[in-house]
Amino acid sequence: MTGTPIHELTEAYRRSESTPTAATEAFLARIARLDGELGAYLTVTREQALRAAADADARYRAGKPLGPLDGAPLVYKDVLCTRGVTTTCGSRMLEGFVPPYDATVIARLTAAGAVMLGKGNMDEFAMGSSTEHSAFKPTRNPWDLTRVPGGSSGGPAAAVAAGLAAGGLGTDTGGSIRQPAAFCGVVGLKPTYGRVSRYGLVAFGSSLDHIGPFARDVTDAALLLRAIAGADPRDATCLTAPVPDYAAALAPGVQGLRLGLPDEYFIEGMDAEVERTVRTAVDVLRGLGATVERISLPATPHALATYYVIAPAEASSNLARYDGVKYGLRVAGAKDLVEMSSRTRAVGFGAEVKRRIMLGTYVLSSGYYEAYYGRAQKVRTLVRRDFDAAFGRVDLIVAPMTPNVAFKHGEKEDPLSMYLNDVFAVPADMTGLPAISVPCGFSAEGLPIGLQFIGKALDEASVLRAAYAYEQATPWRARRPSPA
Amino acid sequence: METVIGLEVHAQLLTRSKMFCGCPTTFGAPPNSQTCPVCQGMPGVLPVVNRRAVELGIRAALAFDCRVNAACRFARKHYYYPDMPKNYQITQYEEPLAEDGHLEIEVDGASRTIGIQRLHLEEDVGKLLHEGTLETAQASLVDYNRSGVPLMETVSRPDLRSAEEAAAYLKAFRAVLVFLGVSNGNMEEGSLRCDANVSLRPRGSRELGTKVEIKNMNSFRSVKQALEFEVRRQAEALAAGERIVQETRLWDADRGYTRAMRSKEYAHDYRYFPEPDLVPLTIDRAWIEEIRAGLPELPRQRRARFVTQYGLPPYDAEILTQSRALAEYFEAAVREFPQPKVVSNWVMSELLRELGADDEQAIRSSPVTPARLAGLLVLIEDGTISGKIAKEVFEKMRRGGEDARAIVGREGLTQVADEAALGRVIDQVLARSPRAIEDYKRGKTAAAKALVGQVMKATGGKANPGIVNRLLEEKLSKI
Repeated sequence: MTGTPIHELTEAYRRSESTPTAATEAFLARIARLDGELGAYLTVTREQALRAAADADARYRAGKPLGPLDGAPLVYKDVLCTRGVTTTCGSRMLEGFVPPYDATVIARLTAAGAVMLGKGNMDEFAMGSSTEHSAFKPTRNPWDLTRVPGGSSGGPAAAVAAGLAAGGLGTDTGGSIRQPAAFCGVVGLKPTYGRVSRYGLVAFGSSLDHIGPFARDVTDAALLLRAIAGADPRDATCLTAPVPDYAAALAPGVQGLRLGLPDEYFIEGMDAEVERTVRTAVDVLRGLGATVERISLPATPHALATYYVIAPAEASSNLARYDGVKYGLRVAGAKDLVEMSSRTRAVGFGAEVKRRIMLGTYVLSSGYYEAYYGRAQKVRTLVRRDFDAAFGRVDLIVAPMTPNVAFKHGEKEDPLSMYLNDVFAVPADMTGLPAISVPCGFSAEGLPIGLQFIGKALDEASVLRAAYAYEQATPWRARRPSPA
Repeated sequence: METVIGLEVHAQLLTRSKMFCGCPTTFGAPPNSQTCPVCQGMPGVLPVVNRRAVELGIRAALAFDCRVNAACRFARKHYYYPDMPKNYQITQYEEPLAEDGHLEIEVDGASRTIGIQRLHLEEDVGKLLHEGTLETAQASLVDYNRSGVPLMETVSRPDLRSAEEAAAYLKAFRAVLVFLGVSNGNMEEGSLRCDANVSLRPRGSRELGTKVEIKNMNSFRSVKQALEFEVRRQAEALAAGERIVQETRLWDADRGYTRAMRSKEYAHDYRYFPEPDLVPLTIDRAWIEEIRAGLPELPRQRRARFVTQYGLPPYDAEILTQSRALAEYFEAAVREFPQPKVVSNWVMSELLRELGADDEQAIRSSPVTPARLAGLLVLIEDGTISGKIAKEVFEKMRRGGEDARAIVGREGLTQVADEAALGRVIDQVLARSPRAIEDYKRGKTAAAKALVGQVMKATGGKANPGIVNRLLEEKLSKI
């Protein structure tokens, strides 16, 4: 039961072959057995989950389930505010912080009947690509416990991969859904910026932060996206465009679809196995009737550097509120206000967060603003223009998700080599375009590899449709890790 | 030396809810009772612009003849202070709501035009409460009720040439805002706050001298006194060959001087950047025109019209245009009783006896409505009651909320105009006043006035004074 996708699970509920409580208990048991080693969860909301499952049971008994997600046991990245449930962002700074409100996405999934199993581990404040920067514990990759699950949403990715949740939500500011999805062999979708409300997502880089689903398969990703997408009066950047029934539109396949394969996404130093696997996947798509043409996105090499100006700048501002005054950590014994805040921030933030706050503070400083932040915004425009031009010729872009497979814990101590892991992920965040990572094979060592599709703004439907066609034509989703 | 002053005025906008969340803006509520995750700066919250605040901002901008920008943008201004929950303020920086306006001021009968450089919207911060004084407090508390309250900041050009002009600017500015319903302009409650940039330069020079920013002026009096002090301080320093230091100084109203803030208190790099949580605000032309069409006549225009249209003395016009409610009251009364100066006298002396000229609420809800005032004036006009009785009737209307006619009828306040009845009263008065009659015969006209007084007294003030005068004269001439 812990290995099936949500749509099969809720189908089983409808046929009375299982119940939300039975499924929830099975997941909770598996968490209890395996998570000590895996480290995917920061909080397990056992009682709450069982209560929600019992409510769902009653609805199924009455023949009135709320929809295709009713009774689905999910994991939420600990950066999403959950009313009455600790939300730490993987940081000492927010250890024990209990939000008085639900993020819009949480409220929507709860209203759809979803059962929260707990909160997933993450790199502190979503800054990292390995979940090694969680202040509480690292998460391990269920395919190989010596390796990282990717990050920053490593907890939810690992949980879904290992059968510790049927699906979940992560956030993607610079690849943080898609890169761990690729490393853990699950589907990870980053929707168009504004497609999903950010209200209640603890901000890292406001113009880059996206919320999206982790799923066992593309159908589940479509179902989860539909539940969380759509206008929200609490988020001024949220779009009002109607939300299509993504799951209903998966079937047509890729026949006649024009795919662009960007030269800049096959770079020197890239893992040969990854490149080979991705190129093979592209051949599969061609075989399914898609046309594939080489395209160029020339600004790509600058995207990552630009990202590391914009994201830290916004982070330095967003993280200014953690000063020990209102909530979260306050270091005791300070003589005055300045000392209280300085010491609280010194103790509460980890090294990577401090590094980015300093970087961001610097690039916004008077005299440097134009040279860094102003210029980065111009490059961001160039990156967007590349994609606009490409989408004049092709319907979708297909590319590798990462340059390599999951690396070992402690392998990337140098921040820059860690940052490089997101080189193929960052452009979709910079442009706000929808992108998905879908499993496309395994390395010789048995580690998952991800295939990325990037679509036009608000065209999640095509992204999902292509991913679905590929998924249905290949055997990868049947392979599950056996962490214990 | 020539004084150069520019003013930055912050006005709280009269919205029901805050700038970026739905919390109420009521003043004086228990600490932190008017807050939510958004205005407390909780993790994960997002701002949403209050459209009404933008509308009020545009209203003010149009009144000051500013250019309302087709698109404007919010920005984050960073500094650490615990009254500001996010440690940044959402304000406007490079792309304000409106620019390039002006305001007319009058000092000593001469009018001058003062430029307004920009007008923008922002959120207010909370308030710190210290246990004891700031220096000795063992703990401080934060009240976020005010956090997120909408403010409009207006920056004047350095066109003001004296403390008096600065005070006149602030008064005129306030009058416009109050008149438009943009702000209640209450300086004690902090709804209107003002900072000034002051510098001196040799007369005729076009370059500006080193400026000093003055803060903490919490009343019109403070503004005038603080700026007078600062101008004197700078003049003396320059005369002594010293250089003016660019700094921020605080006005100490109790001690009557400005003192330099510690440099730590203001040496900020605000690290402005566009607020990524809000999309740029595009202001539709049609919306601006709609707001323009709904603008009431401004106090200055109305004052001039009151003089020309109603033939009122400038003094009357000035008072009657102190607020929109008062001006409207006056005009409504004049429509029913078309003797403007008479109405003006009654409004100024009676209506404003117990309420302020700018107390919009009290004027609008006064039981003596414009129609009732007009009704009273009609009774004087047609001789039903005397002016003296009318004042009593006015008081009764103020308390009871009835028509003048009803009060006069019920209480028998009608003037006695029955000549036979009055003749009998006069006869009685004359019968007991032989001395007065003698005085009158010897040419003392004052004696006649005393007799009239006695007749009025005997009739309880209800006698028609004109008839009494005539009858008395007739009778006296026959004696």
